[in-house]
Amino acid sequence: MFTFSKYLLASSLEEAYDMLVKNKNNAILGGTAYIKMGNRRLSTAIDLSALDLSFIKEEGGNIEIGAMTTFRDIETSDILKKKFNGIVARSVEDIVGVQLRNVVTAGATVFSKYGFSDFIPALLALDTSVVLFNSGEMPLDKFLESDIKQDILVKILIKNKPAKGSFQTIRKSNSDYAVLNVVAANLVDGIRIAVGARPGKAVLATKAMEKIKTDGLTEENIEDICQVASEELTFGDNMRASGKYRKAVCKVMLKRALMEVM
Amino acid sequence: MNIDVTVNGRKMNFNIECDEYLVDTLRRYGFLSVKKGCDTGSCGLCTVWVEEKPVLSCSTLSVRVAGKKITTIEALQKDALEFAEFMAGEGAEQCGFCAPGFTMTVLAMKKELENPTEEDIVHYLNGNLCRCTGYVSQLRAIKKYMGVES
Repeated sequence: MFTFSKYLLASSLEEAYDMLVKNKNNAILGGTAYIKMGNRRLSTAIDLSALDLSFIKEEGGNIEIGAMTTFRDIETSDILKKKFNGIVARSVEDIVGVQLRNVVTAGATVFSKYGFSDFIPALLALDTSVVLFNSGEMPLDKFLESDIKQDILVKILIKNKPAKGSFQTIRKSNSDYAVLNVVAANLVDGIRIAVGARPGKAVLATKAMEKIKTDGLTEENIEDICQVASEELTFGDNMRASGKYRKAVCKVMLKRALMEVM
Repeated sequence: MNIDVTVNGRKMNFNIECDEYLVDTLRRYGFLSVKKGCDTGSCGLCTVWVEEKPVLSCSTLSVRVAGKKITTIEALQKDALEFAEFMAGEGAEQCGFCAPGFTMTVLAMKKELENPTEEDIVHYLNGNLCRCTGYVSQLRAIKKYMGVES
């Protein structure tokens, strides 16, 4: 059972961070929907709800998503529905139901690096960075590789440049966690491929991306590129699918995604 | 700790534990239409509105609704009865356990979506599980209630 003994409604990011680093059992609260399924016993739970971190806006060449923005806000955002073929909005729309998406927050999902996340692969396929209170701005792929534990994700920045995206997901039932997510985005500087729910956290298929950069993407070589991606990534077993199945289906999903963004 | 809230138009003061979830608080204060189903955020049974938006009360900390307006089905009897008649007319009501959460979501959808398609309705109601009906009769009832043509 998830419990905490003290609650702090932070009045500033400084106050939240100071409290966070005081005790390794202090933590920032996100939507609190997923954390309650575990057994964490926190000392102080820190709430960012009063810090105006719920926003989606176009600013300074980026689309900014505040840490406390809910998935429902992302799903229904006119900005996100129009950009990148709508893949960011699309990525969250099958997550359980409207009532959960009105609770779950962007910041907690990304900071927690959830392997099952649908949202992270969509961001990763785009040119995305995260802004952390203490560590500053860093590319999302570097953040996902990092071991940063005590920090506060303030906002997510997606470079606001033209990109054609495709979000592919396979699920056993509509509102279940994904068996696999594959996202491709055709950006001005190349095609990016992200794969999530492997079931480990989302990663870029860098060798396949490099092959596209070197050889181009054509109907003749698309199968080879999909093969490279499925070979370079690791896939594991869980109750939803075996690693072998994920590897096989990754090629098919990636082919569909690439054909959409060619 | 104590929080001030407005539940169904009535100002109230709740005495809560800081790590308590809203479903437990509301039930303790007598709002027994708010049922605890899966308690994992999956079934939609505990749906209430916070500031007019449907949320899962099993996944919302009570402390976070301080100063906010909460609506449970107790406040929506007229609308719920109207919808129930459409459900009964299509034979869509069976054991009734999911009905409070399901009705709260349908009423929220009616306020939020204009001229929804069948696909919009199914998508909006993805988070409400019913183990009796198979959803076909429910969908017929909702489409009639929402004025959606077949």
